[in-house]
Amino acid sequence: MILVYCELKDGGIRKPSLEALSEARRLADAAGLAVGALFVGASCAGAEGAAQYGADAILKVEAPSLAAYSSDGYAQAIADAVKAKGATMLLGAATSAGKDVLPRAAARLDAGYAADVTGLAMAEGKLTCLRPVYAGKAFATEVFQSPVQVASTRPNVFAASVNPKAGAVEALPAPAGGFLAVVREILAKGGGKQDLTEANVIVSGGRGMKDGANFQLLEELAEAIGGVVGASRAAVDAGWGIPHSIQVGQTGKVVSPTLYIACGISGAIQHVAGMSGSKVIVAINKDPEAPIFKLATYGIVGDLFEVVPELTRAAKAMGIGK
Amino acid sequence: MKILVALKQVPDTETKIKLGPDGKSLDLGDVKWITSPYDEYALEEALRLKESRDAEVTAVSVGNDKARAVLQGALALGVQNAVLVKSEQTGDPMAIARSLAGFAKGKGFDLIFLGNKGFGGDNASVGPMLAEFLGIAQANVVTRLDVADGTFRAEREGDAGTEILEGTLPAVITAQRGLNEPRYANLKGIMAAKKKTIEEVDSEPAEPLVGIVALDLPPARPEGRKLDGDAATQAAALLGLLRDEAKVL
Repeated sequence: MILVYCELKDGGIRKPSLEALSEARRLADAAGLAVGALFVGASCAGAEGAAQYGADAILKVEAPSLAAYSSDGYAQAIADAVKAKGATMLLGAATSAGKDVLPRAAARLDAGYAADVTGLAMAEGKLTCLRPVYAGKAFATEVFQSPVQVASTRPNVFAASVNPKAGAVEALPAPAGGFLAVVREILAKGGGKQDLTEANVIVSGGRGMKDGANFQLLEELAEAIGGVVGASRAAVDAGWGIPHSIQVGQTGKVVSPTLYIACGISGAIQHVAGMSGSKVIVAINKDPEAPIFKLATYGIVGDLFEVVPELTRAAKAMGIGK
Repeated sequence: MKILVALKQVPDTETKIKLGPDGKSLDLGDVKWITSPYDEYALEEALRLKESRDAEVTAVSVGNDKARAVLQGALALGVQNAVLVKSEQTGDPMAIARSLAGFAKGKGFDLIFLGNKGFGGDNASVGPMLAEFLGIAQANVVTRLDVADGTFRAEREGDAGTEILEGTLPAVITAQRGLNEPRYANLKGIMAAKKKTIEEVDSEPAEPLVGIVALDLPPARPEGRKLDGDAATQAAALLGLLRDEAKVL
């Protein structure tokens, strides 16, 4: 069996988890294996949705002690489930939570772990993983030497596809509790904003923005086309009050949206490392020689202070993002 | 209070990647080596606890003789002890975590700091694996840490926002930018560090569980298209292409 650790949010399964589940289904079909969707929490309401995305079994580890997230508690629950089902593979999304719990679960299982993979293949029960290293400056093909194989899938890379299966629900025993570290509180981001690593559309600003206040132009464009705002290291380091949490690049977030719009970003190697996995790249820059144009699917040589407001206006006029 | 800070030597982030002749490693000939940047936040946090709580700080690195440079740097900043855990298995995070756990076990460290990920491998995994091997608490991607007697409170970057977590010591903490502002070494520290010794120990057996069989450069992107006209024309053309040609809007 391939187990997929799935995360719930607001009563539904998070999209990166559905992507991991769909990829597991694809691998399982080729190998004649079953797929189990694994949920951990005080209540796993919404887990039944996994059947639509290819889960033969829906496994729930439910206990009051799991109401708040705990790295050690959840890792224990996941590892116990892998052992209970005799699973040889464990997948999950490389979200913040996934990156926190899956390596710990892998250690508990004495299983190899491939982080943040962008491609998976299987032959004779052995997984082969493709994953970006050096923040995407190179890609490594990795194989496992352990009987159990654990991998996290990068959000926005694998397709979430509907493929209804039985989804038989089974409850699994929960760890006893007494966990070592527990999340007590979550200070939510303003306006329910998406994390950059999961966003489909990113509008990003660099040194050419000239001031933090000018990022309002990017916010307006992002809002019009359904995206979120990012920044280059140059913009974050400029002291304009741009938070590091939205920095894209080797020293920030590595992102893979379907559309990345780079405004006033020259294309320094460490920035490119963080966004070169984007499907479509748009560059808006005054300097026709800026290295970012070498990457851009579409390039606009021009003044971003004229082009960006025009884009916002035109997007609204064309009803884009509606 | 006893603190361990694990440091990794990595290629400089501005390095252009060249592949080696074996097809599965880098050509490291021209590479400038640095301490992995997130590790600098880990080291700084350890040094602050040394000053505020009179902690004894040990810097450790898993690797070969080349890794002595990062330990020398840590000594120059004021750690009391530096240890090189000799191992050639520095590709798989599980093997590194095993080596670190083998060294740390039974030594009574209250806190173990690492960067939240090492540049290059980008696994972001050694911290959680080490915490599991030692059977202790973990807090990852931490931007604020408060330590009390036997407990800690940490803020970390989560999916939905900042997570505040509480746990018991000992604990593994992986540092994120924002946790502190790392200091630079001064000449006095650099000179003093030269008189200190770096202890060497052999790693416990730590077999890699994942191995790289091929390394490739990313596929080249197809040549792009520049859009002409004034700003309004360019904007309308771009949105049309994104919607109708690229189909991403």
